[in-house]
Amino acid sequence: MTDTITTTIDESVLKGSSASAAAGTDEICMQVNKLNLFYGDAQALTDISFEMKKNRVTAFIGPSGCGKSTLLRCFNRMNDLVDSVRVEGEIILDDSNIYAPDVDVTSLRQRVGMVFQKPNPFPMSIFENVAYGLRLQGINKRRHLEEKIEWALKGAALWDEVKDRLDESALGLSGGQQQRLVIARAIAIEPEILLLDEPASALDPISTLKIEELIYELKSQYTILIVTHNMQQAARVSDETAFMYLGEMIEFGETNKIFTNPEKKQTEDYITGRYG
Amino acid sequence: MIQQPGISKKATAWFKSGTPWIWMNAGAIAIALVAVFGLLLLILFRGMSHFWPANVEAFYYENDSNSLTVIAEIVESEIVPAESLHGIANTGGDAEGNIERYLVKTGNRDILGSDFRWLYDIDLVKREQPEEIMVLERIEWGNFYGYLNSVYEGDTLVASGAEAWQEFSERLRRTIDIRERILHLEQVEIGAINYKLERLRLREKRLQLDDELSDEAAGELAEKREELKLEYDALLKETRVLYQDINRDSIRATVMDGSEVTVPLEKIVKAWQPNKMSIPNKLGFYAYTLWSFVSEDPREANTEGGIFPAIFGTVLMVILMAILVTPFGVIAAVYLREYARQGVLIRIIRIAVNNLAGVPSIVYGVFGLGFFVYFLGGNIDALFYPEAQPAPTFGTPGLMWSSLTLALLTLPVVIVATEEGLSRIPRSLREGSLGLGATKVETLWRVVLPMASPAIMTGLILAVARAAGEVAPLMLVGVVKLAPSLPLDGNFPFLHLDRKFMHLGFHIYDVGFQSPNVEAARPLVYATSFLLVVVIVTLNLTAINLRNRLREKYRALDN
Repeated sequence: MTDTITTTIDESVLKGSSASAAAGTDEICMQVNKLNLFYGDAQALTDISFEMKKNRVTAFIGPSGCGKSTLLRCFNRMNDLVDSVRVEGEIILDDSNIYAPDVDVTSLRQRVGMVFQKPNPFPMSIFENVAYGLRLQGINKRRHLEEKIEWALKGAALWDEVKDRLDESALGLSGGQQQRLVIARAIAIEPEILLLDEPASALDPISTLKIEELIYELKSQYTILIVTHNMQQAARVSDETAFMYLGEMIEFGETNKIFTNPEKKQTEDYITGRYG
Repeated sequence: MIQQPGISKKATAWFKSGTPWIWMNAGAIAIALVAVFGLLLLILFRGMSHFWPANVEAFYYENDSNSLTVIAEIVESEIVPAESLHGIANTGGDAEGNIERYLVKTGNRDILGSDFRWLYDIDLVKREQPEEIMVLERIEWGNFYGYLNSVYEGDTLVASGAEAWQEFSERLRRTIDIRERILHLEQVEIGAINYKLERLRLREKRLQLDDELSDEAAGELAEKREELKLEYDALLKETRVLYQDINRDSIRATVMDGSEVTVPLEKIVKAWQPNKMSIPNKLGFYAYTLWSFVSEDPREANTEGGIFPAIFGTVLMVILMAILVTPFGVIAAVYLREYARQGVLIRIIRIAVNNLAGVPSIVYGVFGLGFFVYFLGGNIDALFYPEAQPAPTFGTPGLMWSSLTLALLTLPVVIVATEEGLSRIPRSLREGSLGLGATKVETLWRVVLPMASPAIMTGLILAVARAAGEVAPLMLVGVVKLAPSLPLDGNFPFLHLDRKFMHLGFHIYDVGFQSPNVEAARPLVYATSFLLVVVIVTLNLTAINLRNRLREKYRALDN
């Protein structure tokens, strides 16, 4: 059963890659320059530099503790919440460094949405969950909210399942539905970039499949960064892949190339399952 | 051990299996439960049996020198050795062995000098329960026991003999209606006029103090005063008529020594013939008496009548306390947990907060009196109520200071519970909110605090449980034996935070220790204690119910 699904996905991904190659631009969305990150005295990221193209999916893979989640959380400055964190280097988004002192972190986070490993819907109704980010921006008109919410839920492929119970608690949804709700919540405020931190690791295979299909759909509108433990998943959904090890970026390149013909031996060892 | 290895081994195995600990735990819980329910049952029984219309007995004593009739309710009986009674017993006889003695309530304090006396089983000729015995609850002097002879309107005889009871009941109902009307006129309507006159007086004084009392203003005040005076005169006339009406009827009744006394109906609260009543009748009467106890004002130095003002005061004070302590406690906890840098200073503050919970409550009372009442209250009076000087408004113990003192007393509980709740909110939810571009404050308001609300309620439940039972500090900052009016009434501004109030806990103390009539007060101590427990349990159940609803709504993510 799972095998069949995987095959279908692979085919669709293959078809998708060619389509996206046609549609995707080579315009650069984000540029990371010599990024170093320290937790107190311990260095967690070392000299990370790479570029991301617009409307592509970039996957970060690597063994546990290699810093891929930490790197992901740099893009919306979530690491600021930890007291002892210090960041050096720069991340350029639209010609400006997001770590510049005059940057408004809340508006940055509206531009760079994030979905976490565990579904974290708020204990409110489905409607209010999706409306949360919109209300923060001062959008309170019921009609306007309804339109936006329908659009976001459709975008997250959840509309048909919840359209009759928008006022029920979001906690009554299944894990996969909750994760799609969280994605709807993130895209409702129309970010430019979506950060997905192992979005399917807490879900069953069917829900995982739906999330992967969704990622593929969303690619046409957003630049997506995804952290994953699952290499098949990285191969299926991403256009470009970065392999990280002990806080360093070992290799970065097109997914096909990384998985079939990696340049570095470490990458090959990891992909063939020799460690990690 | 060597002789019986089998048993020793078994015992060791049993001990190791953990079974003895389970038994010990179960035993401890059983003892605790028995103690709690035993206590509740005791105060329930002792307190609630007081309102039962018990049968009244007539005791006939006779010996060579004299004879005696006693009409009374038996309160308790006991067996005592006869020799201990020499010189005390009413006959001076030389009985031997053990005899029974009764503590009886004879009532008629105005005639006999006391309500209670001891009776002995010596020279008792006859004991019976005559059906015609009548009990009256009077406004003064406690209960009356006797036989009804006749009913009078003014000086004319209206009924006597068999019809007397019927006639008396009807006329008593009318009297009670009139009494209620008078009470309403005096307390509510005339009370409101007095309150308004007092406010006019204060306004005039205020204008004088500010040097703004123009002739125009003075004329206006005088005009208003005149209006009120007219209203007052009308009401006074009405009450005078009612007073004449209420004094119209009286009854004559024979008491136990055979003399006939006149009792004006105006002095009677309730009348019943317990020996004639059937069980359902008695049950109905019991419910009525119980209701009067809960809903009426106290009389006779709190030893009779109801305890409504005390219930009202307790509940109102606790609610105000809850309203005051919640914002303080939550704000403090949010600062400590969310904003303050966790360091030595914060740890010291936390230790201090926890220790505050252990300070004896009377210390809070002293602090409340010194700081709230004299300092804060005194300054408030000087600034805002100069016209009322030298009489204090807030510079004297009152409802607001009591609530504030108790809020201070329960603050640590709320802070600790709220902090606990805040620390339990999953990090992922905060990040989810921040990730959508919410600021820290927005995240607090929209996600964290709603989710912490069950924990806040838990703190509040503990606070209410502690505050409702507290008496010592209240004696210093606002509770009195008898408050002339409720702190909540129909006169603007409706809630009078400066007024003194009555409290069930203090009422128990007052009735139990300060009452001139110990035997009469004892059942009331139990009844009031029981009601205090009921009030606290009700307040707590309400809060627990609310918390459970919030918990259901904001249950943490467990998947």
